[in-house]
Amino acid sequence: MNAPVATTAPPPITTSGSLLSKLEIDVRMLGMLAALAAIWIGFDLLSGGVFLTPRNLWNLSVQTASVAIMATGMVLVIVTRNIDLSVGAILGVTGMIIGVAQVQWLPAYLGLEHPLTAPLVVLLAMAVGGSIGLFQGWLIAYLGIPSFIVTLGGLLVWRGAAWWVTTGQTVAPMDTRFKALGGGVEGALGATVTWVIAALACGLVVVALGVARRRRMRFGFPVRPGWADAVIATFACGAVLAAAAIANAYPLPAGTARRWAEANGIAWPDGGLFIPHGVALPVLIAVLAGLTMTFIATRRRFGRYVFAIGGNPEAAELSGINTRWTLMKVFGLMGLLCGISACISTARLNAATNAAGTLDELYVIASAVIGGTSLAGGIGTIAGAMLGALVMQSLQSGMVLLGVDTPLQNIVVGAVLVLAVWVDGLYRRRIK
Amino acid sequence: MQTNGTAPLVEMRNISIAFGGIKAVDDVTVDLRPGEVVGLLGHNGAGKSTLIKILSGAYRPDAGEIYVNGEQADIASPRDAKRYGIETIYQTLALADNIDAAGNIFLGREVLTPYGTLDDATMEAETRKVMARLNPHFRRFKEPVKALSGGQRQSVAIARAIYFNARVLIMDEPTAALGPAETQQVADLVLQLKKEGIGIFLISHDIHDVFGLADRVSVMKNGKLVGSANVQDVTQDEVLGMIILGKCPPGATPGPGAS
Repeated sequence: MNAPVATTAPPPITTSGSLLSKLEIDVRMLGMLAALAAIWIGFDLLSGGVFLTPRNLWNLSVQTASVAIMATGMVLVIVTRNIDLSVGAILGVTGMIIGVAQVQWLPAYLGLEHPLTAPLVVLLAMAVGGSIGLFQGWLIAYLGIPSFIVTLGGLLVWRGAAWWVTTGQTVAPMDTRFKALGGGVEGALGATVTWVIAALACGLVVVALGVARRRRMRFGFPVRPGWADAVIATFACGAVLAAAAIANAYPLPAGTARRWAEANGIAWPDGGLFIPHGVALPVLIAVLAGLTMTFIATRRRFGRYVFAIGGNPEAAELSGINTRWTLMKVFGLMGLLCGISACISTARLNAATNAAGTLDELYVIASAVIGGTSLAGGIGTIAGAMLGALVMQSLQSGMVLLGVDTPLQNIVVGAVLVLAVWVDGLYRRRIK
Repeated sequence: MQTNGTAPLVEMRNISIAFGGIKAVDDVTVDLRPGEVVGLLGHNGAGKSTLIKILSGAYRPDAGEIYVNGEQADIASPRDAKRYGIETIYQTLALADNIDAAGNIFLGREVLTPYGTLDDATMEAETRKVMARLNPHFRRFKEPVKALSGGQRQSVAIARAIYFNARVLIMDEPTAALGPAETQQVADLVLQLKKEGIGIFLISHDIHDVFGLADRVSVMKNGKLVGSANVQDVTQDEVLGMIILGKCPPGATPGPGAS
C-alpha cells in the first residue's frame, strides 16, 4: 500500500465537512443497522451463542423473505398517503388458488410433477394478486373510496374468499419444483451458485458507483471524494461476501447430504460430507424484488410521480401527472408482490391453508414504518422497509429461541414498533 | 403601449363557472397580447384565482370559450394548458416539498435517458442553468424544497414556469410571501420576460405592484368583471374605486359587473 499521497491535493469542494456528509450516507439507515446489530448481539449473548450461527441466520433470512417482499410495495402505498390492510388476505386467497391449481387443475392437463407447473403457478399467483390489487386501486383512485375502507373491506372479503376456494380444506402437498420457492433443502442454491451471485453483486456495486461518479463529473457537479466511494464499495462488497460466506457455512443435514451424495454417485465418507446450503431461493427473490422496487422508486418516472403525489397531491395534479392511474398502479404492484409472497409462504409450508398470511398486513405495515416510511406520506425507502422486516423477524425468532411465551412476544414487538416510530420522529425533528 | 393590431395571445370569452350554486366566475371576458402585462385585480374571493385556474387547466368552465392565437383552444387539464405554452406560478407555489429543485422543475416533464430511466444529471444541469439566471446564489440543488427559504422556493416555482419556453405566464400573487429585495427581483423578471414577448397575467390584491408593472388592468368583483383599462388612462384611486365599489371610471371599458 502507498503512503497517503492524496493528502497533498487540495480538498475537493463538497457541500459540508463532516465525515457522514462526505460519504453521503443516510444516517437513519446507519441507525437502523446499529439497532439490528444490537438486537442480534443481545440475543446471541442471551441465548448463549445460538443466535449468531449460520443455521439461525439462514433460517432468519428465509423467514423474513415473504414479509420483506410485501413491505417493498407497502412503502409506495404509504408514500402516497394510503394504506393497504388487505395484503395478508390477498396472500391467503392467492395461496389457496395456486395450491388448488397445482394439486387439482394443472395435473388434469399436464400430469403430476410436470416441469411447467411451477412457472405457470407463479405467473398465476402474480396475475391473481395483481388483479386484486388493481381492482382495489381502481376503487380507491377512480371511485374515491378511502384506501383504509377499501382494504379493510378487502381484508374480510379476500380472507372469506380464501376459505371459499376449498370450503376451508387444506391443500397439500405442493409440486416439488414449486417447493424450492419456500427455501428448505430444495430451495438452497448451493455454494457455487452463491459465490457466483455474490461476485456478480460485488461487480454491480462497483460498476454502479463508477457510472454514477462519471455522470456527475461529466456535468462538472461536485462528487464524493474518491476514498469515500472506495469505502462504500468496500463495505457493500464486504457485506455481500460475508452474507454468502454465512449461507455457505450452514451444511445440509446429514440425511439429506447422504441422499444427495448417493444420487450423485459419491461415496459417503465416515465423517460425513459438508455440503453447504448456500443462499435460499426465497431470499434471492426478496433481494431481487428489493432491487427492482428500488429501481422503480428512484430511477423511473412512475416512482418520481409516486413521491410527488405523497409530497403534495395538488401539485402533482397541477403538474399534469395522471395521479389516479398512478395510484391504481401502486395498488396493482402491491397485489403483485402479495402474489409472489403467496408463492413463497405456500411453498415453505408445503400446503395451502386459508389462514395463510393472517396478521401479515400488520407485520408488513410495521416493517415499512420501522424502516422509516412516514405515514404522513412522501418519505420512505425500499431498503429501509426490508431492513425493518428483518428487525421484526429478528425480534420474533430471537424470542422463540429464548423460549419467550407467545403473548409476551407480541407485547415486545408492539412496544418496539411504537418506540421505533417515536425515536424516528425525534430524529426527524432534530435534523429539521 | 400600442397594443391594437396585434392578435391576442389569449382571449377568454364569457367564462362562467359555479361551485354548488355560487357563481365564482360570471361571464368574464379578458384578453392578453404578446409582450403585455395584464393585472387582474380584486378582493379576496372576487374570482381572480378561479378564472386563472380555468386558463391553466385546473378547472373546466361551465360556459365560455378560450382562444389561443385566435384559435379556439380546448383546455381540459394542466397538461393541455402547458401544450399551449400557458404556464402558471400558483399562489401556493404547488411544489412537492419532499423532492429537490430539479425534480420539481421537471415534474410531469422529466428528461429520460435512452433506457427510459430518469436523467437526473441532465435535469440537474439544466436546473443549475435556469437557477443561475433567476437566483445566482442558489446552491441547494440536492435538498428537498421543504428545506429552502420562501424566496428560494419562489424561484424554483418561477423556474418551472419559464424553463419550458412559456408564451403565456400566469403569476398568482407572486410576491405575497417575499421580502422587498426579492419582490424587486420578481419585478425585474417580469419586465425581462415582457421584453421577450411573453404575455403575463399578474394577479394581485396589491395595487402598487400592479401599477408599476402592468400595461392594462382588469378588475373583478363578486365573480363579475367590473371593467378593464389601460393603466395610463386611470388613476390608482379610480382603480381602487373599481375594486371596492365596483364603480367604473370614464377612462375604463365597463364590464357586466360595473354598478
